[in-house]
Amino acid sequence: MQDATTLKAYRAQLRDALDNDFQRQALDKFAVAYRASRANAFAGIDAPELIAEIAAAKDVAIDQLEELFAEFKRHAEAAGTKVHLAATAHEANEIIARIAKENGVKTIVKSKSMTAEETHLNDHLEGQGFEVTETDLGEWIIQLRHEGPTHMVMPAIHLSRYQVADLFSEVTNQKQEVDIQKLVKVARRELRPKFCQADMGISGANFAIAATGTIGIITNEGNGRLTTTLPRVHVALAGIDKLMPSLHDALRIIRCLPKNATGQAITSYVTWVTGAVPCEVGPEGKKVKHVVFLDNGRMAMAKDPEFKQVLRCIRCGACANVCPIYRLVGGHKYGHVYIGAIGLVATYFFHGREKAKNLVQNCLNCGACKAVCAAGIDLPTLIKEVHARIQDEEGHPAYSTAVGQVLKNRTLFHTMLKSARLLQKPITGGTPYLRHLPMFLFKDQEFRALPAIADEAFRDRWEKIKPRVTDAKLKVALFSGCVQDFIYPEQMEAAVTVMASKKGVAMEFPKGQSCCGLPLLMMGEKKAGRELAAHNMNAIDAQDFDYIVTMCASCASYLKHGYKRLFADDPAMTYKASQFAHRVIDFSSFVHDVLGISEADFAGPDKKVTYHAPCHLCRGMGVTEAPRALLREAGLDYLPAEEEDVCCGFGGSFSVKFPELSKELLGKKLANLKATGATAMATDCPGCIMQIRGGFEQEKTPFEVRHVAEYLAERLKRK
Amino acid sequence: MTTPPLVEQLTQKASLVSAVVRPVASMDEAMAYVADVCLGKEACQILASGCDAPLSDTAEALCQTKQEKIICAPEMPAEAMATLTALCDEKGISLITSGMRSRLGGIDIGLTMAVAGIAETGTVVVRSMSEEVRLASMVAEIHIAVLPASTIVADSYALEPQLVAWMGQPDYTAFVTGPSRTADIERVLALGVHGPLELHILILEDK
Repeated sequence: MQDATTLKAYRAQLRDALDNDFQRQALDKFAVAYRASRANAFAGIDAPELIAEIAAAKDVAIDQLEELFAEFKRHAEAAGTKVHLAATAHEANEIIARIAKENGVKTIVKSKSMTAEETHLNDHLEGQGFEVTETDLGEWIIQLRHEGPTHMVMPAIHLSRYQVADLFSEVTNQKQEVDIQKLVKVARRELRPKFCQADMGISGANFAIAATGTIGIITNEGNGRLTTTLPRVHVALAGIDKLMPSLHDALRIIRCLPKNATGQAITSYVTWVTGAVPCEVGPEGKKVKHVVFLDNGRMAMAKDPEFKQVLRCIRCGACANVCPIYRLVGGHKYGHVYIGAIGLVATYFFHGREKAKNLVQNCLNCGACKAVCAAGIDLPTLIKEVHARIQDEEGHPAYSTAVGQVLKNRTLFHTMLKSARLLQKPITGGTPYLRHLPMFLFKDQEFRALPAIADEAFRDRWEKIKPRVTDAKLKVALFSGCVQDFIYPEQMEAAVTVMASKKGVAMEFPKGQSCCGLPLLMMGEKKAGRELAAHNMNAIDAQDFDYIVTMCASCASYLKHGYKRLFADDPAMTYKASQFAHRVIDFSSFVHDVLGISEADFAGPDKKVTYHAPCHLCRGMGVTEAPRALLREAGLDYLPAEEEDVCCGFGGSFSVKFPELSKELLGKKLANLKATGATAMATDCPGCIMQIRGGFEQEKTPFEVRHVAEYLAERLKRK
Repeated sequence: MTTPPLVEQLTQKASLVSAVVRPVASMDEAMAYVADVCLGKEACQILASGCDAPLSDTAEALCQTKQEKIICAPEMPAEAMATLTALCDEKGISLITSGMRSRLGGIDIGLTMAVAGIAETGTVVVRSMSEEVRLASMVAEIHIAVLPASTIVADSYALEPQLVAWMGQPDYTAFVTGPSRTADIERVLALGVHGPLELHILILEDK
């Protein structure tokens, strides 16, 4: 449960988490295994189509929660279930405690419920003198340890068999062997009496079906079935977002949820309970049955056009499974109650700004969560949106405002960059790196060498190198982005050379262009970001060009998808942004798919080269084939690396804010690249190049790190 | 005779999740199988169910309540019960159809009829308004479900009209796929947590 009050304290907690070797290994193993088992589970199923169907159906339900609640209540009550709606977490806890009191309950067994974690139900009930026992194995373990879950479906994934054996030895007053099979059986026997004695069972609900007043619960261990059967009272607690019109909606989610959660085709049990069912020990032989729906801000969220999609979440936990940061620091430091990317967003709404304000900054914007989400939630965008809202509410940090002011003024920004070029002389030592960094400015940044600003920016070279085209077939605007303009202009030149090798490509470099604005989004400076986007769309008049080509994956995906979102409330600007976005294309796709460059265009000696897939290209733009095909066609011996599409840890300002995490991710990336046996790597993003090249430079490993365009340019056949 | 594709698919998918699947030609054959499994079972399933592990006093006390071999078969068809009663008498197995609440320490076999099978996931559907059916299929160390081949459908959607009809009144229905399981400790699979350690599916051929 992340609850640091300052960013500094949060970073200290993160460093502690990085030292937890067992958790690191466990999450590493899981991250790798998950990828394969998920793919296997979805074999033969059109997963994107299923996810789109789930998203659409959830959107329909979210728009009619009030009606669905009324319908559920009508059917459930006809079948003998009492239905409640709690406005707040406290109210939900009070309702459940009242039901317990009214029924003379002393002991309670619980099956897993994230909603009960959200309301801190156990604390509330225990405070009123009830004995509450969690019966899901993982939940029981963490309850005994007095801690929160570290994963939504595997709550004790951070613990080793040794820790569990010690814990169970304590609980049973007997020495327990360190044998997982036996430990599970100890839990079976220890918890059985709890089921037998309990007066009340509390469960969650994965589904609340309005048409019949039915709840659906998915479990593997069977504790859900015992919890809903043995005690005379059954209370199900569910977020009101679990309401759906029909059984079909639930069956559709079941097709996806276990597969997406852990790569399991279906859970051992899916239990459907409608109304008050027979119960030998209940009054008149029937179960006392209640369903408590929790609002806690959900109804307001359902009316928020930006955030309503949060309610699509089906709690599969996949966004944590694929998150490179979760993998490093685990759930206690990567969520408050809700964990992973959805936790970064939900914490703000369910547990408040204080709990969310540091957490929400800890995102690389790598998009892995969005790509795997069972309900198609645009998590990276929502995380940035929460960050921006918190800054608007609390006031923007001075450095953040200052960066916003500079970046939105192109002339000022570029003048500063040019002055920096002169000022850096004493610290480059004549190399392309900043050798002697003033450390008070760049604390904890020594894990990678930072590049120097180039002697001559691309914008100042353009007139000299611009290819003269007489018979123009395609009109192309180049968008360089800041890094390639001012730090790596040679990458731009290489790209120009490659594109100019095909006849009729008329290129322009509109000089008014500035930073794409992504860094501002990363820092929560949304307003300045809008101004900058508008500036760029004026500087490059989309109507004048067939394509806007960029060599930077991050710029490309932001120009293509981010700009439209910035102006969602302004129809005229949305139209303009769509016209602009429509023409944006990344270098590799343009050269491979549009220009049709092929083997015949290249020559050169054999060379082994590996590849790093930039987050914003492979997920942001959905481009995976073109760059790899280009490397092969250029006659290079492309050696795939492990986890090629996992983030290098750059994430723009992320690497400055959380250097300890950035360093770990970079370390993994370098190790995977070296393991290929190649000593050269290509990629499509200058940010990744800055990070990876800087990492190799710092550890003094000779390894060539260059843009795809540079490899292609040097292997072009001379004509 | 070739196996119908849905039977084949259900068999394959259920086996993948550690269920034991057997075709049976008649209810008599099914009952013989049940009695054999019970007989072939260790006299006391202590190894599998954890009685060998040192336990706290309350849990230990509960273990003591189970002393003989017991099959609970609530709501089975009359002719099947006649066959099974004869078999159990012959083999010295105690056969009950109710009273599960006094047997919560555990029984050997819970025998139930499945109302449907889902081929795509290897699932049996057990409708259990009766508390005895719910408890027999959960508290037993081995759950055996008799599944008429004719009730197997391709996927859960195909079962939707039937499920919705059941949900029109108080109802308790479960999809059961393999034995109860967990991976909560170090993601290592362990079968038999709170529910059965084994699930056997007897696919009853159509007459």
